[in-house]
Parts: sequence; C-alpha cells; structure tokens
Amino acid sequence: MTKSRNSGRPLRMVVLLAGAVAFLFPFLYMFGESLQKATTGDLGSVIPLPGSSGTQNYEAINGAISLGTSLLNSGVFTMGVLLCTLVFGVLAGYGLARLHFRGRGTLFATLLLVQTIPFQLLMLPLYVLVVRDYGLGDSYLGMILPFAINSTAVFLFRQFFLQLPSELFEAARIDGAGELRILWRVALPLARPALLTGTLLTFIGPWNEFLWPFLVTKDVGMQPLAVSLAGFVSNLRGTVENPTGAVMAGACVLAVPAVVLFLLFQRHFTQTNIDSGIKG
Amino acid sequence: MSLPLISRTEEPGPGLPSRSPRPRPRSRRPQLGALFVSPYALFLLVVFAVPLGYTVWMSFHRFYFTAPGTEVDAPWVGLSNYRDVLTDPVVQQSFLNIAVFLVINVPLTVLLSLVLASALNAKLPFRAFFRAAYYLPYVTASVALVAVWAYLFGTDGLVSQALGSLAPDPSWLVNSTLAMPVVAVFVTWKNLGFFVMLYLAALQNVPGELYESASVDGAGRIKTFLTVTVPGVRHATTLVTVLAIITGANLFTEPYLLTGGGGPDHASASPVLILYQKGIEQAHPDFAAALGVVLVLAVVTLSLIARRFTEQNDKTDMKGA
Repeated sequence: MTKSRNSGRPLRMVVLLAGAVAFLFPFLYMFGESLQKATTGDLGSVIPLPGSSGTQNYEAINGAISLGTSLLNSGVFTMGVLLCTLVFGVLAGYGLARLHFRGRGTLFATLLLVQTIPFQLLMLPLYVLVVRDYGLGDSYLGMILPFAINSTAVFLFRQFFLQLPSELFEAARIDGAGELRILWRVALPLARPALLTGTLLTFIGPWNEFLWPFLVTKDVGMQPLAVSLAGFVSNLRGTVENPTGAVMAGACVLAVPAVVLFLLFQRHFTQTNIDSGIKG
Repeated sequence: MSLPLISRTEEPGPGLPSRSPRPRPRSRRPQLGALFVSPYALFLLVVFAVPLGYTVWMSFHRFYFTAPGTEVDAPWVGLSNYRDVLTDPVVQQSFLNIAVFLVINVPLTVLLSLVLASALNAKLPFRAFFRAAYYLPYVTASVALVAVWAYLFGTDGLVSQALGSLAPDPSWLVNSTLAMPVVAVFVTWKNLGFFVMLYLAALQNVPGELYESASVDGAGRIKTFLTVTVPGVRHATTLVTVLAIITGANLFTEPYLLTGGGGPDHASASPVLILYQKGIEQAHPDFAAALGVVLVLAVVTLSLIARRFTEQNDKTDMKGA
C-alpha cells in the first residue's frame, strides 16, 4: 500500500510540474510583457532585460484610463460589498444558525436556491430596475446593490455558528445576556477564522466582477479597473505606442491585489470554497 | 437545530394562531431572529425575488425602454416573446455553443483535476507551491487573464508562433470552429484549481481499505484508479457537472472580450451575451427577459437532474453493498 504510493514519485513530480508551468506561464508572460518597451510576442519577452524594459507601459495605461481613479472605484465597490456582507451577513448567519423564528427554513432554502441561479440571468430586470427606475446608474450604490450581501458568506457564517457548542449560548442566556451581546461577545471572537475566510471570499467577487459594473457605469470616471481596462482593450488600443504592453500592465495592476491576498491567506481561500462546495 | 421540523408541525393545526406558546423557552423572543435576518431577507427580495418576478412579467408583455418619466403601455403578448426566442437562429446557435462548451469543459475538468489531485495526494516536496500555483487563476480577474490569452492565441501570438505552419488559419480566436473550444479551454484552465482542491478533499474520504482489498485482489494501478478512486469521488464529479452548467449559462466576459463579442459571426456567442446584445444594445428587453426565464428554468432543471442522478446512484450502491 505505502509502497505503491511512493513508487510513482518521479511520475507524480513530472505531472505536477507540467501543471505548474501551464498555470503559471500566462502570469509570467503578463508580467514580462508589461515591462517590455516593444512587444514581439516571442518567448524571450518573458524575461525583462535591462536595455529593452522599463515602466513606460504602466505610465501609458495610467495616461489612457487613469489607474488611480479606477483603483479607487474598484476599492469603494469592493469595500461597500465587504462592509454589508460583514454586518448584515453575520447577523443573518447568526439568526439562521442560532435563533428561532418563523420562515427560517424557507429563508435557508432560498439562500441555497440563490446560489444555483446565476445573477447574470437576472441582469436585465436588475438593469431596468436599478438604472432606469431607481436612477442609480453611474453610482456606487447601484454598483454595490446586487452584490451587497454575499450568500456564500452568509452560508459560511451560518455553518460556523452552527458548529459552536450550544452550551456556550445557553450559559450566556442564563447569565441574562441579550442576543446581540452574545453575538458580539461570545460568537464573534470565536468566529475570527470564519470572518477572515468570508472577507477573502467576498473580496474577489466584486474586485474581479466585470458584467454588472460594465452595465451600470457609462461615465469613465466611475468605472472600476476591470471595466476601464476592458474598455481600453476594445476601444482605446490605438491611443498608445505599445498597446499590448499597456494592456498587460493594466492586467498586472488588476491582478495584484487578489493575488497578494491569496498568497498571504492561501489556506483560508481554498479551505472554505471546498467546504461550501461540498456541503452546498 | 430542528426548527424547520417544528415549524412544519405547527402548520397542520387549523385555527391555532401562530402566537400559540410553545413549551420551548426560546420562543419567547421569536421576533429577534426575524430582526437579525431581515436585512438579508430584504436584500434577497430586492435583488432576487423582485427581478425574477419582473423578468417573468416582462417576458409576457411587449416592453420598451422609455425616457424617464414617460409612461408607455406594455400590452400582453402571451407567448410571443418565447416563440421569438426559441426560433431565433442566434439563440439556437448560442445554446449549441454552450453544448460545445460543456462537451469540452466537463470531461477535461474531470480528467485533469482528478489526475492533478491524485498526483498531489501524497507527501511531496513543494506541495504547497503546487497547490498555490493551481489555484492562482481561480482568484484572478477574468478581464486580466482574458487579456493575456487573447494575446497568446492572437494571430501572431506565441501559440501560433510555436506551432509554425501547423497554426490554424484563420487564427484561433477568429476561426469559427476553434473560437468556442478556446473559450472552453480558457474557462477550464481558470477554474481547474478549484476542482483540483475539491477532488483532493474528496480523495481523503475514499476509505483506505478499498485500496487494500484492490491490491489483495491483484488489481493494477490503472484498474485500482478506475474501480476505487473514480467511483469514490463521484460526488465531486456531480458537482463539477452542476457547476459547469451554471458557468456555461453564466458565460459573458470570456466571449465578450476573448473573441470580440462572441465572434466570429456568433460562433462563440453565449446565451448571456445574446441577452446583453438583444436586451440592452438593441433595446429588446422583452425578448431578453424571455431568454432569461428560459435560462433560469434550464439551469434549475439541469442541476436538479444532476443532483437526483447521484442520489439514485447512492441508493443503488447501498443496495449493492
């Protein structure tokens, strides 16, 4: 048994290395090309050389789509979603796990259903409601609204609060603590890992989202980076000297925050997605 | 913990008002839980239930975009929008494209992630590095990765350069046979890390005794893989199928950016892309609403079938055991 597991080790390493190359190469290429003065498209451009590389592509993309404004918009969009999810999502998760009220089963069933229906399919009525009826086009509120409370995070918080021993809550209740106090003083301090995972999981949604902010923002000054970069790819390529380099530079700026967070908190990213995947 | 059961037993008592006191001490404050979940319930109402109802309503009416403040009648048109949707050649093409997407994406995802997960499922040097490398595309923005792929698979891109005279003509992304497969491979690549981790978790749950008895029976490595590992992780495989259907129904950014708006000539158009083009660019929201309803029904039905299918498999397994 153990023999058969270890005997294939060289084969395993070859397979895994081939996989790593296939996954990482586009990232290396993106970064390498973003530093090239002129893009040739060949393999050599992965390695930035002193003579032919520099930061001019970053300056070019900054001039074309104003990275600062775009990053600020991405940041406000993402932070708004995070804040709503952490406040209202934790309350909902706690209520679903620990409190009794009519309609709890229905609400939980709806939560599960929502996760199977992609938001994209409701994009048209949402667009009509948010942009045309409520007049929230080109506003942060309109951008945030459909994402405000991440259902996967609510599910995650519920599962976490459900795991905590009930004696803990009974004891606090006998001591006369109100539910809000129990949540704040007893449940939340224990829930730090779940909060961190919920934050990370929620972060990549709005940060990487393209379709909805693309529909809501027509004003370039309101567009998050994913939208303004896509706009540059489709319409503005002709405005800079080395368009491919500029696109790659923009792509690096867009990718870096999520990649850095992932590298810092790897385990939290992978673990929960799997948990919610299997249980959901 | 068994509240759904409790509330169900309450229902059949006719004439009993809901305030009937339960012997449970906790039901003294039933409103508090409702208060805690109310923002979330309101959120689901506003961004899920209302739009769903609205899209169903719109799909049965002739609906126009109007200037703000003007009221225009939206006459009832019955199933006419649905007839338009289902007979539209572009919509049919997009459904066919999703079929192509699924035929490539599902087997490729299952095969590659199972191979990589099995390879990772041992004590190895650099294991953490491999896990991180595989997961990286999953957390990175589609827009950024699509930009790189568009360049790699461009006419003078690295892939065509490497293939030399073997490179397809017309090139990958403007070739009506190859555009959709490239989109499918891109999505497989981007999401593969998630499924590798999923299979890795599933592999931990395959009982070790099964491997032992297989080796006692003299099964070779491939036979063990096919008879023990593959059935042992079938839940993960169902999840791959369900999620692939959802992803396929969701596809927008990839065909919009990678193949320049679902090109060439709608060869890589996805239903959501058509929904966007018809509903917003060409201002036929009623048509798009009907398409949305069709898609919601299709997604829910297909995922239910996929779930039911594994549940039945489990039952027959239990009988067989």
